[in-house]
Amino acid sequence: MDGSQLLQLVASGLVTGSIYALVALGFTVIFKSTDAINFAQGEWVMAGGMIGAFLHASFGLAPLLLLPVCAAAVALIGLVSERLAIHPLKAPTPMLLTLITIAVAITTRAAITLVLGKAPAGLPSFSGSENVAVFGATLPPQALWVFGITLLVMIGTHYFFQRSLLGRAMRAAAADREAAGLVGINVSRMAMWSFVIAAAIGAVAGLIITPLTLTSVNAGLMLGFKGFSAAMLGGLGNLHGALLGGLVLGLLESLSAGLLSSQFKDAVAFVVLLVVLFLRPAGLLGRASTERA
Amino acid sequence: MAEPDPSRGARRSYAALGAVWALLLLFPLAAPNNFVLNLGISWFISLALAGSLNLLMGYAGQISLSHAAFYGLGAYASGVLSAKFGVSPWLGLCAAIALTAAAAFLIGWPSLKLRGHYLAMATLGFNVIMSVMFVELRGLTGGPNGLVGVPSLSLFGWEIGADIRFYLFAWVVVGLMMLLILNLLHSRMGRALRALSTSELAAKANGIDVHAVKLGVFVLSAVMAGIAGFLYVHLNNFASPENFDFVASVMLLVVVALGGTGTYWGPFLGALLHVVLPEALRAFSDFEILVYGISLVLVLLFFPAGLSGAVARLGRLVGRGGGR
Repeated sequence: MDGSQLLQLVASGLVTGSIYALVALGFTVIFKSTDAINFAQGEWVMAGGMIGAFLHASFGLAPLLLLPVCAAAVALIGLVSERLAIHPLKAPTPMLLTLITIAVAITTRAAITLVLGKAPAGLPSFSGSENVAVFGATLPPQALWVFGITLLVMIGTHYFFQRSLLGRAMRAAAADREAAGLVGINVSRMAMWSFVIAAAIGAVAGLIITPLTLTSVNAGLMLGFKGFSAAMLGGLGNLHGALLGGLVLGLLESLSAGLLSSQFKDAVAFVVLLVVLFLRPAGLLGRASTERA
Repeated sequence: MAEPDPSRGARRSYAALGAVWALLLLFPLAAPNNFVLNLGISWFISLALAGSLNLLMGYAGQISLSHAAFYGLGAYASGVLSAKFGVSPWLGLCAAIALTAAAAFLIGWPSLKLRGHYLAMATLGFNVIMSVMFVELRGLTGGPNGLVGVPSLSLFGWEIGADIRFYLFAWVVVGLMMLLILNLLHSRMGRALRALSTSELAAKANGIDVHAVKLGVFVLSAVMAGIAGFLYVHLNNFASPENFDFVASVMLLVVVALGGTGTYWGPFLGALLHVVLPEALRAFSDFEILVYGISLVLVLLFFPAGLSGAVARLGRLVGRGGGR
């Protein structure tokens, strides 16, 4: 194993890690506003890729144009899911919400299967096909798109929650429902927006990874589960934790596959994750004292 | 609500369990063929899984996403020993119990200091690690294709095949488990469980060693899942890793919730769904899975307390005519 191979492993770990970070970001947004783990997140990632591949194959839409279109389409799925399955709930508890999102995930996957079929689907790279050399590692051009778009989404989300009126209202509702209600924030509407935003972020993740890995209706399960793990690793409910957790998980997988064993890469990644969890129970960036018995 | 004499409630639960279990003896007579009889056996196994998970989740209030891993550990422990090394399945049962207990103790000790989603994540992580082992330790487990050639059980020279004899065997084993759970709930331990699921702080203040009680229940429920795995592997003479992955753990959680979390009879109903749904889903078209997903949403929306809650509500509606 020489330096350039190691660099290659790091680079490919960062690519998968970026995707995990985006999926984790979706989990974080919904967790902050509802305290629920959204099992439909992975299905939204899959939906983004599948819808994108379909639009490209049928109407020849350019991949970059697909970004806003798919994000809007999947955001609509998130909106409808929240209004039909979450909003009517009279006495929501995090556990019940989490269980409902499992049902929503099953429904979403079945609906996508019915409309778009089971066959794996792909997309061309957003630009060019020549590999690029970056710091001694060779990367497909799509990897650079993944880095760039992930960074943009992260910065955009950060500014949205720090600066915009809606974002700050959502943070207020997440921090204290009653107080937010008292100052005139429609708390249930904020939960709806969190579903819309998380779905749109998921769609972007699914779309930008499809040129590298293909996608199929079953891809959402694994991506959702990895994204959830990344969110936990970074500290659930923490936007920067989602980024850090995603990148760390991607690197762990890539390095353990390359240096130790590709069969056991998931096991190695999760042993490390458990150790982190036991040593820092609230994740890498979480406050440690809050969730310890 | 006035709590009358607690021992009277206990007596009624024991009587009800006895009655249900006696009725279950009649099922083989009513079952038209071996396929339906096998569904009955699967129901016993699902009940052992749902009942033990409910003990942990419903009564102790601890979310576990590794129940399928313990189920698999029990299945593979006894299955591998008997299929690859010719060890008697009864020794395999001892190994399954010892291994699930040891694994549950080791993972439970640090995990149960975590709460809520962090506990869910830790147990989920353990399930993933076990799944990788089931698939990748190919020499022992047969890898992704599954473990084949697991012998059936035999007792005093009688082979307990997949028929009425296995039904009776499962009837005894799972009956003992459900009796044990009922005993536990009506013991000092059961009251400690309910106390700590309401408020850990208050439980601690009353002298309950919260961590020890949680760990005890976690190990017990894992061992029960391991025994369910032992039943499964010798019933089917086969074990396949996808039955024990984290998706299976999530589905068990759904099964317990659909039945009614924290109610003794909830898992009885949940296990019924657990047996019928996968059978149906295997043959389901995509459209029917869509209908299934939507009905799952509807059940959770309208009966958040699960099916047993819905039945109890119906009972109260009927009962209202006769008094109060």
